[in-house]
Amino acid sequence: MPSSALYTVTLSHAGMWSGVISRGKTLRLTDLEGGANAGMLLYNADLTVERYNMPDTLKGQHIFHVRHPYCLHSDMGRVLASITADTVGWHDTACGCSDARLVAEKYGEKSYQTARNEFFRNGRECFLIELAKWGLGERDLVPNLNLFSKVVADDTGRLSFVPGHSPAGSHVELRLEMNTLVVLNTCQHPLDPDPQYHPRSVRLEVFATPLASADDACRNSRPENVRAFLNTENYHALRA
Amino acid sequence: MSLVESQLLPAHAVYRQIVGAGDHWSRVIKRGQIFRLVDLEGNQAADTLFYDAHDPASRYSASDTVRRQSALYLTTGTQLISTRGDVLLTIVADTCGRHDTLGGACSRESNTMRYALEKEPMHACRDSFIRGAQECGCGLGKRDITCNINFFMNVPVTPDGRLTFEDGVSGPGRYVEMRAERDVLALISNCPQLNNPCNAYNPTPIEVLVWNP
Repeated sequence: MPSSALYTVTLSHAGMWSGVISRGKTLRLTDLEGGANAGMLLYNADLTVERYNMPDTLKGQHIFHVRHPYCLHSDMGRVLASITADTVGWHDTACGCSDARLVAEKYGEKSYQTARNEFFRNGRECFLIELAKWGLGERDLVPNLNLFSKVVADDTGRLSFVPGHSPAGSHVELRLEMNTLVVLNTCQHPLDPDPQYHPRSVRLEVFATPLASADDACRNSRPENVRAFLNTENYHALRA
Repeated sequence: MSLVESQLLPAHAVYRQIVGAGDHWSRVIKRGQIFRLVDLEGNQAADTLFYDAHDPASRYSASDTVRRQSALYLTTGTQLISTRGDVLLTIVADTCGRHDTLGGACSRESNTMRYALEKEPMHACRDSFIRGAQECGCGLGKRDITCNINFFMNVPVTPDGRLTFEDGVSGPGRYVEMRAERDVLALISNCPQLNNPCNAYNPTPIEVLVWNP
């Protein structure tokens, strides 16, 4: 990893961000306070009808969560991003995001009139605001990633959120394997039992990094990923 | 896993249709109507999407359904939630006991990733969904093919976070029944997958029945 980032920004409160990060760059997200949640959606920036696909990511790798050395798959048999570093070891992608009703029921209401920029936001609204800036909207809202958050299932499928999973300083690195529209917000995880509305800050840093080598750990983590990388490289060969 | 039977008689249904293996099917289910899917021969995955019939931008959401109920598997009592948080349907009877909504639908592209590049020509659910979406006349397309329900499919998640595709818990004649809480467009791909045990390597027909309230 190069010593200096090309770009750095910190998302505070229920911060939101979107941007196109080109193939080969690495996005590092750092949980600055501990207990953060980074809701994330990914789209092929060149053709946004191709997007992050939760079921393909899970069934393609036989997992219910994501972590290094797994990959984030699109709905077209390709890899949008690889998890190249990860101090957390479990990120949820099954539980979606909060909406206005959940936030009102759980935390009450706090308006802009009373709280100025600390008014209560929700994950769905933040995604829709950022998606609109790229010509996308409600039809493009698909199950998202919740980086830094852990939710486990028991034998009956009952879900429980694991508090204290991500200590301050935890980070995860995503190497983009395609030119990718990354849409993020730091709203709390929808199953976080903390009764306080308290979204934690997340720092984003983008680095220029090499493409995946033939012996790359993420590429070779599963035979499915070897094939998904082949599909991705075929896509780039045709576009180049 | 508790099984709940329905009192409704097929002879009283206002609509009955067999959907052949690998075919797609769609229909608007009116608010209050009861909609039943029957796994006629057992171990068949019925990949299903729902849309608000009057505003299809509001559609079934796997993550909202899982999150609202803190439960991964769908069965009697489960509310099927839309991306806007509305209840589209409620499961009111289930003689199978568990249905998946994490595994998504197969596609020609994902088959190349999951099995082999040579599997690309094989018929797959997401092509069926695209055809069904195009035929329904509401302007839907690939962008609207989101994460679906797999009725009758068994995808257990382990406490350590593994996901496995197991032989079905379903059997011949098992069914799941739901009440429409608003007018919904149902779109089904009766899964043609031959590469894993979700259809016991032998896709078979399902039957769809609708009763008036």
